[in-house]
Amino acid sequence: MKVTFPHMGNMYICLKAVLTSLGVEVVVPPMPSKKTLTLGTQHSPEFACLPLKINMGNFIEAYEMGADTILMAGGVGPCRFGYYAQVQREILEDMGLKMKMVVLEPPQKHISELLIKIREVTGSSSWIDVVRAIRFGWHKARAVDEVEDVLHRIRPREYEPGRADVVYKKALKWIDDAHDRNELKDAISKARQELDAIPVDNGREVVRIGIVGEIYVMLEPFVNLEVEKQLGRLGVEVERSIYLSEWINDHLFMGLLKIKGSKEARKHAPPYVNHFVGGHGQETIGSTVLFANRNYDGVIQVQPFTCMPEIVAESIIPTVSRDLGIPTFCLIVDEHSGDAGVLTRLEAFVDLLARKKEKNTVKNTVLQSSEKKGEQVCADI
Amino acid sequence: MTVKVGIPRALLFYYYFPMWNGFFRALGADVILSSNTTKAILDKGVRQSVDDACLPVKLFFGHVLDLKDRVDYLFIPRMVSVERKEYICPKFLGLPDMIRYNVPDLPPILDVTVNVSRSEKNLFKAFAEVGRVFTSNPRTIRKAYNRGIEEQERFHRLNHLGYLPHEAIEQMGRGLLNQNHSPARQGDMTIALVGHGYNIYDSYISMNLIQKLRDMGVRVVTPDNLTGTIIEEKSAELPKKMFWTLGKRMIGSAFHYMRSDSIDGIIHVASFGCGPDSFTGEIIERHLRRRRNIPFLNLTIDEHTGEAGIITRLEAYVDMIRLRRAAQ
Repeated sequence: MKVTFPHMGNMYICLKAVLTSLGVEVVVPPMPSKKTLTLGTQHSPEFACLPLKINMGNFIEAYEMGADTILMAGGVGPCRFGYYAQVQREILEDMGLKMKMVVLEPPQKHISELLIKIREVTGSSSWIDVVRAIRFGWHKARAVDEVEDVLHRIRPREYEPGRADVVYKKALKWIDDAHDRNELKDAISKARQELDAIPVDNGREVVRIGIVGEIYVMLEPFVNLEVEKQLGRLGVEVERSIYLSEWINDHLFMGLLKIKGSKEARKHAPPYVNHFVGGHGQETIGSTVLFANRNYDGVIQVQPFTCMPEIVAESIIPTVSRDLGIPTFCLIVDEHSGDAGVLTRLEAFVDLLARKKEKNTVKNTVLQSSEKKGEQVCADI
Repeated sequence: MTVKVGIPRALLFYYYFPMWNGFFRALGADVILSSNTTKAILDKGVRQSVDDACLPVKLFFGHVLDLKDRVDYLFIPRMVSVERKEYICPKFLGLPDMIRYNVPDLPPILDVTVNVSRSEKNLFKAFAEVGRVFTSNPRTIRKAYNRGIEEQERFHRLNHLGYLPHEAIEQMGRGLLNQNHSPARQGDMTIALVGHGYNIYDSYISMNLIQKLRDMGVRVVTPDNLTGTIIEEKSAELPKKMFWTLGKRMIGSAFHYMRSDSIDGIIHVASFGCGPDSFTGEIIERHLRRRRNIPFLNLTIDEHTGEAGIITRLEAYVDMIRLRRAAQ
């Protein structure tokens, strides 16, 4: 049995760690590329959302590499993701690709439903081993997030743009190659050292932007046209509303671990969105409010074309933006997205934010000095 | 003066209007409907809503705009779930919020949450909450609720007899309550029109699809003509339960009609960018293609659809079925 799974950003590092440490043979599909997208689009329904198409491309490429079992997540709606596996199975059947699909569904009646499914993949390993493997995967997710966090801080401040990204790629490789906790610790400290060695200008005034939106598009750089990297090059410090480990904790561990999660974001969604709308619609609004409260300069919402929950959020974000005075920008991606057009739009958005920030700083300093002298000054410069 | 409650003639109007109408009337309120869809209504809706919304949601905005200055309350329930462990589309979950933050100068919105995903009793709770706006007498509310349910059952019975929902609503409006006969329809073939009610029964956005088919000598049946039991039974053939109620109706009816001897073709009507339709349409098409016995046509409608293109495709499709039959 050769197991494969769809890509979602750096998720492959954790899944691979979990499965290989249980002795399961794993086929990691090639990182999403133009070819993946073309293959996926060719065989998927036209109006399906982009993640489904990339998934299909992953499966086809993995099949070519010899995979025969797919590990996939399910769901109970109302977001389309919950039905992905069913549609994908139909497509694979018609294509004549014989692959077994193991779908991990949230248990409806009893936890045993899920455990049986896990057994199908893990085979005869004991539950203690399974738990140990999952913990190891979790630590890898934390490690990836830790490195990303540093990366986001360095990117807009480095003297030679691009150096941090080179180290980041290497760091991911080290984390991926670590076989046990000790090696993982070494990998992290090595990554930290290398990242800290990059010369940065800490006095630089950077624009801060929060990224919110649909989870897959947020986490998968190929799909979001590397928006974080592009922004970093434009001198923007980026923070995502959700990181890999937080997503894993929220969705796979049912929020058992006490780390920051989407609960906080959901709490801030009312009065704009008063009810769960599926997917991450409510979190998108809540996170926008949170970023505004933390005085971020702007928010970018990313979503795949025709994403239902994000359309609800998209239609309400302008109100949040008006009420809280935070500029927002919506980036919708599909199989036709071209990076040049997106880059132009991002540049324009960042320029606006930078101008606004400059103006506010000048205004504040002028106001402060005028308060001392006690005379009226025209603040509009 | 009686209170005027406005109900937009869009989205779930085609599924639940009799219940809402019966309920509000029994409470002594006046029910005001928005006008039939026109180009002006659609254009207004398109302007007011977010670009990426689907056609029926944009149309809903248009109907709200048409209605808002004529009524005291707008009834826009948050329809989360109408059957156990199922949902309607996410856009319905956020509909009252989308309207509230995108349409200026609205009258108060009655936006109770209808969610029977966990318990059927929540339906009465939702109605009771609306009822309390009009009266404080729980017995009146209970009576009005029963009245609404009665009307809805009558509506379903007419549907099962063969009346399409918009015809049934019209019949009930005219006071013809005890209809026991199926409507007489001329035609030499029957086509199943599988699509969301708010797309196929709105004669403007569907380009009068049903009437066009009838003019070509085609009898039209839809998912609404089937009973809930058939839908449940047929849709259960899928390995995983479909969690969209409307999607389940489409899958169930398509699976039923594709085995029926009296059906000559299936037309799937989807609106551009509809999430659930992209999946249900795909599943239906793949299952039909494997059986190879019933011709299938997929029509996608949006705010730009040209009428000529639709007519050409319908004519070609109907002709093809006739030729096929002649060849057998």
